[in-house]
Amino acid sequence: MARMTNLYDVSKCTACRGCQVACKDWNQLPAVIEPFTGNYQTHESTNGDTYTIVKFMEGEDPVDGIYWNFLKYQCMHCSDPACMSVCPQGAYSKTSWGATFHDPDKCIGCQYCTYACPFEIPKYRKREDKITKCTLCVDRVEEGLTPACARTCPTGALTFGNRDELLQVAEERVKFLRANGFPRATIYGKLELGGLNKLYVLTDTPDKFELPIDPKVPGQITFWQDWIQPYFGWLIPVALAGSAFSFVTTRILANKNGDHTEGGHE
Amino acid sequence: MTNHWVDLKNTDCALIIGSNAAENHPISFKWLTQAREKRGAKIINVDPRFTRTSARADIYAPLRSGTDIAFIGGMMNYILQNKRYHEEYVRWYTNATFIVKDTYGFDDGIFSGYDPEKRKYDGAKWAFEMNEDGTYMKDMTMEDPRCVLQIMKKHYERYDIELVCRITGTPKNKYMEVIEAYAATGAPDKVGTIMYAMGTTQHTVGTENVRSYAILQLLLGNIGRAGGGVNALRGESNVQGSTDWALLYHILPGYLNTPEAKKHPDYATYNAVETPKTGYWVNKPKFLSSLLKCYWMEDDPAKSYDYLPKRIDGKNYAHIAMFEDMYKGIIKGMIIWGSNPIVGGPNANKEQKALANLEWLVAIDLWQTETSEFWSYKALERPTDKDEYDIKPPEEIKTDVYFLPACGSYEKEGSVSNSGRWMQFRWKAADPVGESKADLEIVHKLALKIKELYAGSSRVEDEPITRLTWEYGHGDHPDIDIIAREINGFTVVDGKPGPQVANFTKLMDDGTTACGNWIYSGVYPADTGNPDVDYLARRRINTDDQVDPNYPPIGSYSQWSWCWPVNRRIIYNRCSSTPEGVPWDPNRASIWWAGEEWKGNDIPDFGKTTDPNGPGGRNAFIMRPELVGCMYSKCNEGPLPEHYEPWESPIKNLLNNQDLNPAVTVFEPDKQGTTDKYPIIGTTYRVSEHWQSGIMTRTQPWLAELMPNCFVEMSEELAKDRDIKNGSEVIISTTRGDIKALACVTKRFKPFLIDGNYVHQVGVLWHFGFNGYAPGEPANRLTPHVGDANTTIPEYKAWLCDVRRA
Ligand code: SF4
Ligand code: SF4
Ligand code: SF4
Repeated sequence: MARMTNLYDVSKCTACRGCQVACKDWNQLPAVIEPFTGNYQTHESTNGDTYTIVKFMEGEDPVDGIYWNFLKYQCMHCSDPACMSVCPQGAYSKTSWGATFHDPDKCIGCQYCTYACPFEIPKYRKREDKITKCTLCVDRVEEGLTPACARTCPTGALTFGNRDELLQVAEERVKFLRANGFPRATIYGKLELGGLNKLYVLTDTPDKFELPIDPKVPGQITFWQDWIQPYFGWLIPVALAGSAFSFVTTRILANKNGDHTEGGHE
Repeated sequence: MTNHWVDLKNTDCALIIGSNAAENHPISFKWLTQAREKRGAKIINVDPRFTRTSARADIYAPLRSGTDIAFIGGMMNYILQNKRYHEEYVRWYTNATFIVKDTYGFDDGIFSGYDPEKRKYDGAKWAFEMNEDGTYMKDMTMEDPRCVLQIMKKHYERYDIELVCRITGTPKNKYMEVIEAYAATGAPDKVGTIMYAMGTTQHTVGTENVRSYAILQLLLGNIGRAGGGVNALRGESNVQGSTDWALLYHILPGYLNTPEAKKHPDYATYNAVETPKTGYWVNKPKFLSSLLKCYWMEDDPAKSYDYLPKRIDGKNYAHIAMFEDMYKGIIKGMIIWGSNPIVGGPNANKEQKALANLEWLVAIDLWQTETSEFWSYKALERPTDKDEYDIKPPEEIKTDVYFLPACGSYEKEGSVSNSGRWMQFRWKAADPVGESKADLEIVHKLALKIKELYAGSSRVEDEPITRLTWEYGHGDHPDIDIIAREINGFTVVDGKPGPQVANFTKLMDDGTTACGNWIYSGVYPADTGNPDVDYLARRRINTDDQVDPNYPPIGSYSQWSWCWPVNRRIIYNRCSSTPEGVPWDPNRASIWWAGEEWKGNDIPDFGKTTDPNGPGGRNAFIMRPELVGCMYSKCNEGPLPEHYEPWESPIKNLLNNQDLNPAVTVFEPDKQGTTDKYPIIGTTYRVSEHWQSGIMTRTQPWLAELMPNCFVEMSEELAKDRDIKNGSEVIISTTRGDIKALACVTKRFKPFLIDGNYVHQVGVLWHFGFNGYAPGEPANRLTPHVGDANTTIPEYKAWLCDVRRA
């Protein structure tokens, strides 16, 4: 199968969030109702029962005036995914067409992937002690359907198809947008981390959409991959026993979110 | 819509004003996006706050709520002064050339013929000069000082850019950008569309707001053309259908006026008074006769006309007036169907109190609504002590309340008519839950029961019921096929349905035809016995046919469902061609003169063989008695839109000395808020994530998750001034009541610079009530009981309030 991807064109997205609901519907995810905090965005980030969110970012530019940027956010299905590299259980795999698939049956809930992912995507679902994330609707795509989110999108902001073809569409769109009032329009996902299996057409620079301009896999991960993972087999019992090892690794890998291991939002 | 959703892809410029299309009509952006991509179309959004629509617009211009006429008036002035209008179109297809009688006058906000006591006009003063042969007197050069074009020029010359911006609070450079971009559609080969919704209509000048758009569109030659039109984005999937089917008190199905007792005492008088001398409405007696025949098939229409209920002459029966009567105890019982007024109605506190005056209430809905539970303790809770209407606790409410569960749209079959007038049949997808029933089944059983109760009566006053024809099959659910056939109409043979009529041109005024709604006649023209073929609203053929290789298709999709009238997708389409019958733009050709007859990518809204160069060949608006588009017309407040301030406004009217629309009825003078206590402009609106009064969405966890709380949007400046933090609780207060909501402090709302002073505006979501997964307080506890001078649609969109920390 050729590489298949979702193309998301923010210039067409009206932030209706049909995609967010379609994802919950297809994956039968419970609502995670959090009180309104002053922004239309439902959650700060994705969570164990929410594989995708639409982010809302408002600001004011001295020249262009007010902007209100929207961004559908979910797993980027990296070509060489850090989540997969660090997973001690091999719960992650790449499908022949490019989805990063996470197998809950293999997942032991250790959450190392949550630290490794440059986009902070894998989330812990406490009630099952498992990690969850966007599946790129593997179960639909392999039956010849498009992902639920793309199927729902009323404006055509989300499309699904052959990555090479969609990359061309994206290049055209960026050209058009640059000539039509968005001089900083750009593609995201073409080159980042060696090419993501999720393409974005952005109307402005990635930072205006809270996307890392040059996403990197944390340095410790490389260390982990090369030095620790090979020995993981015999370390596991120790780690699960909550030993000094577990203490050390979590310290090494801990990123900014203090409540990370809590899984939150349940 | 004069046009339809798909047609938005044909536009060069979309002016979205009084609508948050991206949020409330998401599908519109599918087509606008295509217009932008394929034609380089510009999208303009004019709105008090920066919305998701603004985020996708090329130009955003803020305006203060309630100043559309000033805004559009200034555009018209610019277009008239700089001759940016589409001259040939204006000359031939509008009444710009008509001469107005010298009894017309306008002075300081008041047109001639005003009676200040009654707050009413004598519209006869605004009439046109007629020739001796009964035709309209015209000046085709449009130079006569009393021709409509010159009168408009004079009327709008006061609307200069500076003054308009002082009123609307729009920054001048933004206003100029909007004017330039939109005036460009006055070029003969360019087309612009205006998309509006309740931001336009829910004002004391709602009707004139819409008229101002229509006039602008006529000036620029944008009506009747692919990519153009005045497009009301209807707020519900079937609100177009329900309007066509006489949801409102003043009309019968198909826009025939409901009779008034003294004005229309009998059939002959009704026809004499209501039938114009020219235009297609000369056929009105045929439509009325066929409608009466459908209700009372065995009776002569002249007799069955007497069975129609008659209004008290001049009495207002609109929503506000009805609740005022209920509040006074005049109305004793109510069936409320798919409506939730103590969330959705204006001055919801008063309406809640009014409900308690009922002896009985039957509520029909998918869920228990706040209205069906108006008597509960939950309904009693208020955030402050303010209680202007003395709301009663449950133990003091005597109303008997019955609740009938209705099923959802996917649990029944039937048709809906969308904004574009497309009547689409939908098949049932799932069985109804529990004891819930389809609306049709509920009304069917109710009608049969009433007939049963009256059976055997020989009293003449019972005849409207005893003689009523109600033959819709034998099941609990009426047979939809029979109903659809009746809507289309048929020949009556021996008091029974005979063969189907082809369309409304075959209806008769002598009682030989019956038709449920003449504008829908043509939807079920054949009799093969196969509803999939005969009932055209069931069609799903997804091809966009092309009749001539020179003229590419325009997205009519004429075999996908059916649209009224006679499957014509864009109305007034005669205007899409030059007076000689050649398309203004061959790439967007709607209809054209092919030598012997009109051909097109659409059904001509014109005599099929009427030669454009022969008699009547340019009478493009066949429904109007004037046979042209009316820039100058008759509304209750005058022949041309004039700016008046909302009932509650922060400033005096800068254009004239009438603050309030002179023809508006004020129901509660003592409830008019003033700036000393209520200095902030308030408005209400919806979001994508919830639906109307929230009954269908607050009950859905996934949707409650998206918008979990009622919030009020305000500027950072106002929040700073009132020491309000983003996300914190605030009290919003008007003379009618207080509500609590969460603050959404945003850069997207900015204070308006109005006549030299900064004025703040806030906006509250009106979806919330005390039930569901996302409960909140109804914003309509804040809104006033005052409405438009023609329709009495409530002024939800502009009122005065104050905001403070909770
Ligand atoms: S469904 Fe499409 S338009 Fe709506 S929020 Fe998702 S991507 Fe944007
Ligand atoms: S975005 Fe994160 S979770 Fe998704 S494939 Fe890349 S590394 Fe893995
Ligand atoms: S691809 Fe599937 S799982 Fe991923 S966000 Fe879309 S709907 Fe959800």
